[in-house]
Amino acid sequence: MEYTYNVEAGNYALAGEASSSIKALLKKLGISGDIVRRMAIAAYEAEMNIVIHSKGGCLILKISPEELILISEDRGPGIPDIDLAMKEGYSTAPDEAREMGFGAGMGLSNMKRCADEFNIKSTVGIGTKVQIKIYLK
Amino acid sequence: MSEYYHSVTLDKDKCRGCTNCIKRCPTEAIRVRDGKARIIAERCIDCGECIRVCPYHAKIAVTDPLSSIDRFEYKIALPAPTLYGQFKDVTDINDILYAFKGLGFDYVYEVARGADYATAFVKEKLKEGHVKKPIISSACPAIVRLIQVRFPELLDNIVAVESPMEIAAQLARREFSEKKGVSEDAIGVFFITPCAAKMTSIRRPIGRKESSVDGAISMLDIFGVLASKIGHIPHTGELQKASAYGVGWANSSGECSALSIEHYLAVDGIQNVIYVLEEIENNKFPDLDFFEGLACTGGCVGGPLTFENGFVAKNRIRTLANGLEKRYITERELSLVRNSIGWEFTEPIQPKPVMKLDDDLSLAMRKMELMEKIYKSLPGLDCGSCGSPNCRTLAEDIVQGDASEFDCIFKLREKVKKLAEEMIELAEKIPTGRHGEDDEM
Repeated sequence: MEYTYNVEAGNYALAGEASSSIKALLKKLGISGDIVRRMAIAAYEAEMNIVIHSKGGCLILKISPEELILISEDRGPGIPDIDLAMKEGYSTAPDEAREMGFGAGMGLSNMKRCADEFNIKSTVGIGTKVQIKIYLK
Repeated sequence: MSEYYHSVTLDKDKCRGCTNCIKRCPTEAIRVRDGKARIIAERCIDCGECIRVCPYHAKIAVTDPLSSIDRFEYKIALPAPTLYGQFKDVTDINDILYAFKGLGFDYVYEVARGADYATAFVKEKLKEGHVKKPIISSACPAIVRLIQVRFPELLDNIVAVESPMEIAAQLARREFSEKKGVSEDAIGVFFITPCAAKMTSIRRPIGRKESSVDGAISMLDIFGVLASKIGHIPHTGELQKASAYGVGWANSSGECSALSIEHYLAVDGIQNVIYVLEEIENNKFPDLDFFEGLACTGGCVGGPLTFENGFVAKNRIRTLANGLEKRYITERELSLVRNSIGWEFTEPIQPKPVMKLDDDLSLAMRKMELMEKIYKSLPGLDCGSCGSPNCRTLAEDIVQGDASEFDCIFKLREKVKKLAEEMIELAEKIPTGRHGEDDEM
């Protein structure tokens, strides 16, 4: 089963909608609370990253009885130094985002903490793709 | 004893099958089928939203009649602090408390006094380092049940302290029995309730095996008779013992004020509570220590079984509480009850995952796919005419075999149109061979 959620860049009014849908969907499927919570947090962070940093993108959720896969794919500036970007507290968020309480530099590290497998690929000037896996078994 | 008991029930004769209740229910627990509302017992949390919203008064809260106190030789009334806000021109809470003696009660014990003890016990829990933050108040039974159904992941955050009602019931029974030297079994303890949710938690308690309360009498039911006794019963001492803090529990954020904690959120109105619980579940408030969620607007003062406008009542209670002492239960007072009453939950609060599609994930996935397909074919107006609260729920009900596609009037209209077109097509076809004969006639 696969679901795609488009995420608009810079639209704070809609920000959080995709991750809310993902959470509701997983609850409906009867997936255990802890896993729903981890995926919801990871999806929210991914969604906010697209809103804050990119020129737009999407979240793709793949569900099988064995695992959940979340792919976050965006068009945008990309990340020149991934190790640095993964550091807690490091952020390149614009003032606009920080004023709203976002951009604390915890997004990617939070995603990693929620995941059983974490992969990130980024090309400067093209965009970023993050994939996480959470095992169901 | 059946698995489910609900105070909230339907008066079938009065139900017109409209869509008001199905659309307001926070757990999607109501459907209209065959022209009448039907409450899904597994899902109902007895919040009373449907009672408030039904224009035909077909949703009712079953509570105990005043006459039920006669089962017992001795009768104790446990008025919720919300009661204090129901009467105009009352300046001394004792007047309200003494009025119960005119209704046949032998003794009155304030639930607000129970709230004073609950405050002290919750404070102790807050000091324990190993509790999951934010701690969630256990005061509103509708919210506890909401968490069971919709936020099972937060069940461990609920503070394992009994409600002021349960604490007050035990203290009242003991106090009266010691004072009068009568057996505890001869005493009936009755809660004067502002809501249906409390009635249900007496019959089906959460966190304990059996309630210490023998019944619940609706505030609405006794409002008239009680009002007529106010000011007419001579006082023989102070029945009013609760502090300003305990009385304040009737209003939203009252518990938080009593606890005097800094990082808290007090939210009232069940839709608002759902909105904030979603955020808590998503870990949005890592610094939050305490969450107080009350299902009714304004807190218990907005309960569906109250008489007075909740905002007016809230103000009255604030004024009355201002005249009371701001004092906490002392360590000594606490030590006198700590080991002799049940103030802590003894039973775990179990999740009630009744919203999920299936126990088996593969099957749930198949149902979800089918549901999405059906949903896409529906008009998306969420009109509720089908008897389900919205198009998505109708799709779910169809998948679960509880509804059909043609319960949707738009789908039905489409089908009728198609049939009509087919009929016209057929009607045009049949008589062609007869035209010539007609001409000859």
